[in-house]
Amino acid sequence: MANTYTLIQTIPVTGATATSIEFSSIPQTYTDLIVMVSGRANDSALYASTKITFNSNATGYSGRYMQGDGATSSGQSFAQIVGFDPAATATASIFSNATIYIPSYAGSTNKTYTVDCVSENNASSGGTYQVISAGYWGNTAAITTVTLAMIFGGSYVQYSSASLYGVRSS
Amino acid sequence: MPTKLVVDCSTGIATEVELTEEEVAQLEADAKASADYQAELLAEQKQIAEAKASAVSKLSALGLTEDEINALIS
Repeated sequence: MANTYTLIQTIPVTGATATSIEFSSIPQTYTDLIVMVSGRANDSALYASTKITFNSNATGYSGRYMQGDGATSSGQSFAQIVGFDPAATATASIFSNATIYIPSYAGSTNKTYTVDCVSENNASSGGTYQVISAGYWGNTAAITTVTLAMIFGGSYVQYSSASLYGVRSS
Repeated sequence: MPTKLVVDCSTGIATEVELTEEEVAQLEADAKASADYQAELLAEQKQIAEAKASAVSKLSALGLTEDEINALIS
């Protein structure tokens, strides 16, 4: 059970777009990490899938996710996925809300993470999704860098943001 | 040139960094994967819709009413 949460850094997208958001030189003094994301993408779509990368290493991942829009639900295997962000055709000025939990990030075992995300649209035409995801990174290196980006090549738009928290168990 | 936002957690300094050639290549590969995935998804949805329409047509030819067909396929 978490005992303390400490904000390490926040990155707001202040320019027009950013292809990715990256936390580097992450201190190794916490038990777990939490990444909170409020994002929106510029892809020409209702929503865009987002991905996580550790230590700039693009290999060794696997993952599963379940999505539901209130009417239908589905699941799929998809490496690195950490939720959906509203994109260009979604209702304006709406951002996603995602929490990514990374336990034992500084240890020497393979890494796992869980995600709870909602991509809102505030429209009867759909586009609102609850996404629950579980991921694995088969690498024993301590996590020192966390990068968030669109899976299919879009960018985060202005006012997106990500915050990194350190969690201590005692 | 596309950029990424990087914050060094040891200093708190945030910088906007231009992507390397390798990162740009990955971005382009991701975009192509997106187009391929969307096309595959649309083709799959079209195939399912066509199979469903064919099934409804065959069931109708067997004499089932619309309500009976809906009860079977919903």
